[in-house]
Amino acid sequence: MTLHERAGPTPVRTSELVAAADLQRRARELLGAGFRLALVAGHDDGHGLRVVYTFCAGPPDRRAELQVRLDRDRPALPSLAPWSFPASRFERELADLFGITPVGHPFLRPLVLHQHWPRGWHPLRRDAGPPPPMRADAEPFPFVAVDGPGVYEIPVGPVHAGLIEPGHFRFSVVGETILKMKARLWFVHRGVEKLFEGCPVTEGVGLAERISGDTAAAHNLAYCLAVEDAMGVELAEDVRLLRGLLVELERITNHVCDLGALCNDVGFGVAQARALTLREQLLRLADQMTGHRLLRGAIRPGTTSLRRLPTEAELADIAARVEDLVDLATSNTVVMDRFEGTAVLPKDDAEAMGVLGVVARASGVAVDARVAHPFCEIGADLSPVVEEAGDVAARFSVRAREIAVSLGLVAELAGRVGSLDAGTAVAVRRGGSGLGIVEGWRGAIVHRAEVDAAGRVTRCKVVDPSFLTWPALSVALADTIVPDFPLANKSFNLSYAGNDL
Amino acid sequence: MTALLATLSAPGDPLVAQIGISVLQVAYVLVGGPLLLGVMAKIRARAEGRTGPPLIQGLLDLRKLLRKEAIRAEHASAVTALAPLVLVASAAVAVALSPLLTTRPVLETSADVFVVVYLLLMGSVALALGGLDAGTAFGGMGSSRAMTIGAISEPALLVGILALAVQAKTSNLPGIVTATLAHPGWLASPQRILALVALVVVVIAETGRIPVDNPSTHLELTMVHEAMVLEDAGPDLALVSAGEAMRLGLLLALVANLFFPWGVDTSPGGVGIVVALGALGAKTAAIAALIALVEVSTAKLRLFRVPELLAGGFVLAVVAVTTGLVTR
Repeated sequence: MTLHERAGPTPVRTSELVAAADLQRRARELLGAGFRLALVAGHDDGHGLRVVYTFCAGPPDRRAELQVRLDRDRPALPSLAPWSFPASRFERELADLFGITPVGHPFLRPLVLHQHWPRGWHPLRRDAGPPPPMRADAEPFPFVAVDGPGVYEIPVGPVHAGLIEPGHFRFSVVGETILKMKARLWFVHRGVEKLFEGCPVTEGVGLAERISGDTAAAHNLAYCLAVEDAMGVELAEDVRLLRGLLVELERITNHVCDLGALCNDVGFGVAQARALTLREQLLRLADQMTGHRLLRGAIRPGTTSLRRLPTEAELADIAARVEDLVDLATSNTVVMDRFEGTAVLPKDDAEAMGVLGVVARASGVAVDARVAHPFCEIGADLSPVVEEAGDVAARFSVRAREIAVSLGLVAELAGRVGSLDAGTAVAVRRGGSGLGIVEGWRGAIVHRAEVDAAGRVTRCKVVDPSFLTWPALSVALADTIVPDFPLANKSFNLSYAGNDL
Repeated sequence: MTALLATLSAPGDPLVAQIGISVLQVAYVLVGGPLLLGVMAKIRARAEGRTGPPLIQGLLDLRKLLRKEAIRAEHASAVTALAPLVLVASAAVAVALSPLLTTRPVLETSADVFVVVYLLLMGSVALALGGLDAGTAFGGMGSSRAMTIGAISEPALLVGILALAVQAKTSNLPGIVTATLAHPGWLASPQRILALVALVVVVIAETGRIPVDNPSTHLELTMVHEAMVLEDAGPDLALVSAGEAMRLGLLLALVANLFFPWGVDTSPGGVGIVVALGALGAKTAAIAALIALVEVSTAKLRLFRVPELLAGGFVLAVVAVTTGLVTR
């Protein structure tokens, strides 16, 4: 099958309604068949609650959904946590936002809603109403205290000295060695999924682009793919090519930024200065291509339009500068000494925790949604960039190598594009549910949208790879020293906003 | 300034002249320290392709901080108030005693290597206590790290200067400078070269520069010196910054004058003081520039590697002393 014969990548899909009693058996069958649990979405259908479990695997691209209907008054599900770590996180989210009890969950405590939210108020229920007043008697989060001679705690954040997103980190430390680190997030929970409810599909774009500001194109693309899938929209090839190009450009820009930031965190400011210059060059290119430095506005349901394509000379210049930047960092022995062996995430742990994206590939797990769930024909020749060491150096190297791959893809896609203003805006034909999977620069982004016959989004569940990857940071910090934490955290560079929603 | 120079040049009571010149030293280092930091910041900025802040940014920051309201942590004791004062006072006394502009500073017979090093140590301890005082996790972490580094760097500083004292057969700092002026050939002696390397390592550690500490970081968990002073604000922070800048100026000036003493005024009450002002400024700026270039070309060491670097400096200092004793 050649590229031009295919109308577009068509995934194999299944969807089945299962009884709560059969959920564990069916889920274990899918997990055993190599599927991963990509998304769990709660739904309030008015007369009852419904939970959708989306499993996916690839290549070849396979997507399987299990739907369970629940009683509105006493919603409870058998927990999948014993077989799937991601499930344990999704179930805690369901418990907070929908009040659905996962029976048999080993460690059920609030995840999304902080302690000062009133118990029993579940914001994604239809009858939730406006946010109630905060509790005055809120207890502090039950951090697990580590006992022992010389153990002390360092609380950091949520407000930090630098301009970064808010998160609270609680370290239990002996001397300088980290015994335990607990990340407490959801300080930037904005109620994104609630805001999607009732939103006309074309207006959801603005919201999707702001889920995580540095991932505007990939999140928006996942949203658009989901609603197009729901509405049965056929996409022209040029639309898919342009979208692929934009997502790769976003990957290049953010990876460059990360390479510089990693150098900056070890005090190697010269490399950071070069990376920032290069980033500015890429942002200006994005501005010229789409009219927005962060690639907003180019991708819309049914269409994608650019003002111009990047030229070969521009791409060659960027490639040369990236190579210089990587050489500058890797030829410095002190920089590499800081990177190597720091914050190792073992492959076993990465696999068991369902870690995604750059972090997974740096630990030897070859996951890449561009290969597993391609939305345009780039998957055939692409193999995931994988490193085995799992340390900061491996995560640096994966990013450096992926920039080169992405630059090649941008050039290839630009060569195949026919029209810069491709596709037609969607007209509502039918409602339904759809799934969008995109390998953003951090990892696989999954959106699942349900659209009604009037073209309004009734529900859009968003999973940023950060949601599944954050817990692995604590694992990687075992035996790491406190002053290396910022470097380890930067090498993961997970999204707070994308996680908190 | 001209009136002060006139008084200094006028023949009269030598003690008055000595006091005058020591006061001039303190004023010179008080202004010069922030300027040296400005030189280092400028070189770093240029290497990174930035314009960088003006050279006098440090002084402008001091003025800004002094105008601010004093805010102290709720649970802070008198230590928080006293620590910056002790830091500045100890640095000022050390500067007044040291042979920076002249070989005849006030109390010249007391200007012993031990006195100066222990005055610096006093400031370090005051800073560390100040860091602990408010009871925050960062302050304690910074103090702990600073003391770990100081425990190796302070002895290395002492032993490094002792290597020169052995050669000059006096531990009196002005005496070492005078003797070096009389024997320029010493500069090429093995113990001098070893001691110079050891002292440069110590100066980098004591002043919290890369690769030991990163003065411009915003990452709380990696900080050493900055973590100790996180709770200081306004005039307190101004004093701490001024004290730190003076210590930097003093250490660079000591390295400059102990190893390259040319330009130091040897006869109190002469025009030599003008030459000394220019020479000291040029020498310290040159050393600051060299340190900045090293900083630009390297990254910060892992915290647990810092003792290895400092231990290396200490060993060099010990070898320098031993060489001096053997080849005497």
